[in-house]
Amino acid sequence: MIRVELPQHLRTLAGVGSEVEIDVEGQPTQRSVLDALEARYPMLRGTIRDHVTRQRRPFLRFFACEQDLSHEPSDAPLPESVASGTEPFLIIGAIAGG
Amino acid sequence: MSKVRVLVGTRKGAFVLSSDGKREQWDVSGPHFAGWEMYHLKGSPADPNRLYASQSSGWFGQVIQRSNDGGKTWEAPGKSNQFAYDTSSETGKPLTTHQFYDGTQHPWEFKRVWHLEPSFTDPDTVYAGVEDAALFRSTDGAHSWHELAGLRGHGTGPKWQPGAGGLCLHTILLDPANPARMYIAISSAGAFRTDDGGQTWKPINQGLRSQYIPDPTAEVGHCVHRLALHLSRPDVLFMQKHWDVMRSDNAGDLWHEVSGNLPTDFGFVIDVHAHEPETIYVVPIKSDSEHFVPDGKLRVYRSRTGGNEWEALTKGLPQNDCYVNVLRDAMAVDALDQCGIYFGTTGGQVYASADAGDNWAPIVRDLPAVLSVEVQTLP
Repeated sequence: MIRVELPQHLRTLAGVGSEVEIDVEGQPTQRSVLDALEARYPMLRGTIRDHVTRQRRPFLRFFACEQDLSHEPSDAPLPESVASGTEPFLIIGAIAGG
Repeated sequence: MSKVRVLVGTRKGAFVLSSDGKREQWDVSGPHFAGWEMYHLKGSPADPNRLYASQSSGWFGQVIQRSNDGGKTWEAPGKSNQFAYDTSSETGKPLTTHQFYDGTQHPWEFKRVWHLEPSFTDPDTVYAGVEDAALFRSTDGAHSWHELAGLRGHGTGPKWQPGAGGLCLHTILLDPANPARMYIAISSAGAFRTDDGGQTWKPINQGLRSQYIPDPTAEVGHCVHRLALHLSRPDVLFMQKHWDVMRSDNAGDLWHEVSGNLPTDFGFVIDVHAHEPETIYVVPIKSDSEHFVPDGKLRVYRSRTGGNEWEALTKGLPQNDCYVNVLRDAMAVDALDQCGIYFGTTGGQVYASADAGDNWAPIVRDLPAVLSVEVQTLP
């Protein structure tokens, strides 16, 4: 079980609380976690990653265990504490704009 | 008694304003989608409880929302936010480039949906005008979208260039008498028409004159801000261009200027009275470098002669120290016997007139900046 924390606007869009729990088969990676998240909440498709390029949207970042994972490869394993559900995988919107 | 429902898109959410046919007391619902830019909301003529809404954000991109109960509840169906340019060998066109602000060529990149236009006859069919300029259609209630690639790929695409707001397809007019005919407008490319349901397109910009482009009478490149027509006479088009108010009596084949005695012919909105095809409305804006009403006075101008002769409508509108703009999708008319006119401002006011513009009153005064206003006339 992976814990994923969403920014406020995406919580509203998906109709969930601050954190959702999803199951991922095998070693979790950014790609597999986001694939599972989008499969369970289809309305989030395109809001975190571009539909076509599958790249992270520019004003979003991925964090876990106080580490910025935004520039890690999509298929790199996530930290063990994320895989075990001890720590959440954080999707964070940039603090910018009005 | 009939009712009206006004759908308002703002920079920070959507609002639904409802009233009976008197249009004196209003119920305000919202904000819906608080914090998101709501470029446009529109109801289906075939099923007034079916609404579509364009929700977008610089952080999270584009979402299309749908309501089946007149805006009480909403859902984001299926792949409702996937707008992929069609480059398939069967139906698509190669993704070329378009001209950028600096004159170089720039790749086509989807940014947002500016305008949603539901079909007259099928609640599940809706068109979307997007930035970078292209036209999409859904036939399954916004579950999925497919580009009508003949427009973007018809040949002049590399000459299209963004206006200050981006390279946006902002106007879609369906012809109620001819399902194969449709008009669209793009800033800054101009107006286009299809007569075969969107497979092929023709620029319809002859007669336009734009001093701000290298060839003022070019086939494309004109910054058309808005088109309007009366449903009973779909071959007669009215246009608010960057500068100039224009008219065509032959489905856009040739335009002539009808700015007449307007104090300035720069502006964004233009609309037509629901029952009088020769009565049209604009809101003059001072200039392309000063996007607010001239002289601190908010004035709607009405022509009862299809242009050229205009009268200022001011009763109930602020006549001093007012410096708002009225954006291109922010005016609409209802279809009650006494035609109602509505518009929203960048200052967050939505004004209504229940007597065709003679008298005005604000429905709300303090919304976020208004991007769009649409009206539904309900039984």
